[in-house]
Amino acid sequence: MIKIEGLHKSYPIGKDSLHVLKGIDLHIKEGEFVSIMGSSGSGKSTLLNIVGLLDVHDEGTYHLNGQLIKNMNEKKAAILRNKFLGFIFQSFNLISYKTAVENVALPLYYKGMARKERLQIALDYLEKVGLKDWANHLPNELSGGQKQRVAIARALVTKPKVVLADEPTGALDSTTTDSVMDLLKDINDEGMTVFVITHEEEVAEQTKRVVRLKDGLIISDEITAVGKAKAV
Amino acid sequence: MFDLDRWREIFQSINKNRLRSVMSGFTVAFAILLFTLLFGIVSGLSNSFKGAFADDAQNAMFVRVWKTSKPYKGLQTGRTVQLKNKDYDYITEEYGNKIQYKSSRIYKNFTIKYKNEASNYSVMAVNPDHQYLEKTIIDEGRYLNERDLKEKSKVIVIGRLLKKDLFGERPALRKRVNVNGSSYLVIGIFSDEGGDNEERKAFIPLTTAQMMYGNNDYISQIALGYNPNLSLDAAVAFGNQMERDLRKKMDIHPDDQSALSVRNMAEANKGVGQFMGVLYAIVILIGSGTLVAGIIGISNIMIFVIKERTKEFGIRKALGAKPVSIVGMVVQESVLITTLAGYLGLTLGTYILSLIGNSLEEDYFIKDPSVSPGIVIGATIVLILSGLIAAYVPAKKAANIKPIEALRAD
Repeated sequence: MIKIEGLHKSYPIGKDSLHVLKGIDLHIKEGEFVSIMGSSGSGKSTLLNIVGLLDVHDEGTYHLNGQLIKNMNEKKAAILRNKFLGFIFQSFNLISYKTAVENVALPLYYKGMARKERLQIALDYLEKVGLKDWANHLPNELSGGQKQRVAIARALVTKPKVVLADEPTGALDSTTTDSVMDLLKDINDEGMTVFVITHEEEVAEQTKRVVRLKDGLIISDEITAVGKAKAV
Repeated sequence: MFDLDRWREIFQSINKNRLRSVMSGFTVAFAILLFTLLFGIVSGLSNSFKGAFADDAQNAMFVRVWKTSKPYKGLQTGRTVQLKNKDYDYITEEYGNKIQYKSSRIYKNFTIKYKNEASNYSVMAVNPDHQYLEKTIIDEGRYLNERDLKEKSKVIVIGRLLKKDLFGERPALRKRVNVNGSSYLVIGIFSDEGGDNEERKAFIPLTTAQMMYGNNDYISQIALGYNPNLSLDAAVAFGNQMERDLRKKMDIHPDDQSALSVRNMAEANKGVGQFMGVLYAIVILIGSGTLVAGIIGISNIMIFVIKERTKEFGIRKALGAKPVSIVGMVVQESVLITTLAGYLGLTLGTYILSLIGNSLEEDYFIKDPSVSPGIVIGATIVLILSGLIAAYVPAKKAANIKPIEALRAD
């Protein structure tokens, strides 16, 4: 599903440049539940942004669903994002003036789906995350956990191949963290590839494979206890 | 290309960000309001100037005589110059093709009496063409005709207010009034836009007056309407030519304004035309400046608004929005706001102008101010275009920011 070889990325800082990713090789197969661990500055967010087509890499190759990602313009990237990827952000990134159901339906709008149909589908997904009764509330009327569940529903509504989660529990307390992780597990159980970035061991433990990043390089890549249990 | 979903997005965005929408709308509405008022007031001034000459025909010319102020060919200063029928005949024969209307005038002041009501009025003895020269409007009956002149009939056309003085609300047509001791038949009642004084006058046939009062062929003044096909310059030249000819013919010094002069509306029209041209040029300059200020205002607001929404655009892009859809959404929203606000300003401006109406005519010479449809359409097009540009430039820039940078914006 995701195939990365020799990936490099630098950011210019004034006259110098900051070398963030220094040659990453990573293969993620369909249906995997992978977490990327690393301290801040290790390059894990940069990796996710490149995988999510929100940013472009400098060197190396990146194949998404067998397609080589190269010289991507914004229009093509937008179409691919809409088709293959679902995003979950640490800060939720809901549109403040849209209700929960409208936020969830937005990716379907960009897919070109009719209003009635997309609102119905959005409602189904809200039900799935247990927020059907909150469908017509604005984001600022929801708790952090509820907001993140709305964001998860939004990420899933287009039935993407890969769900990318950037510190999905970073802004949540432990109870809501568990409920969000349970949701991600359910998604993965349905066969969706889930790619989580975190710096919390408890979160990483619940995924099936943990990739550790340090200073722009992969230092370990192992199957977790959960992953082994599932494999058996 | 009517995308209901797109409009829904836009209305939601406007509705949820009312202050922002109202602010940007206000700038445009205010600019257009000022623009409309400015143009309206100038058109009002223009109407006043045109109206100032409404009393007489636009193409009127008057040959006036008095006393010589310069000695000429052995003749003394202070000689009274008298126009006669032969002068009228000379002019109408000599310049026939340059003349549309022609009439002699004799001024008299007579007591006009009906039953117990009597008063002193200005009576003018004229030819039938005079109706058009003086822009006399016949309300009842008819004006003088050639037959009246030929038969030297004792008929009279009286002004609306003169009729009111003598007859009150009673009918006056076909009644006989006593003019300076003789009985005249009222054949018509007229009104005139030149004001109340004009409507307290009366007209009688020129020939009747010449027979009854002096039995001579004297006339006080000659009124002409030059051929409307003549350009203003040609009409002015015609007036000057006629003035020279008449002075020569009547042994008057070529520069003696006092003895004989031709008052030519063409000269006044030319002056007014030039004056209004300059005034319009100034207004177009100021009006365009106001519009430009409005456009810059909305551009500023749009730049701010788009900066504020950069994160939202990042989210939308992460969810699959193409740059063109973001630019389109912002531009459409801006065009909608500018057009609606502009229309509001325009409507308000037109409404205020209609309220002003003729109330400022007396003190400020502003009569019936209004804006022409051409200016309205032009301003609307400018508005739509400016809304388009004001939004397009910053939106295009925002839509091309990498989504990851946009998402980081706050």
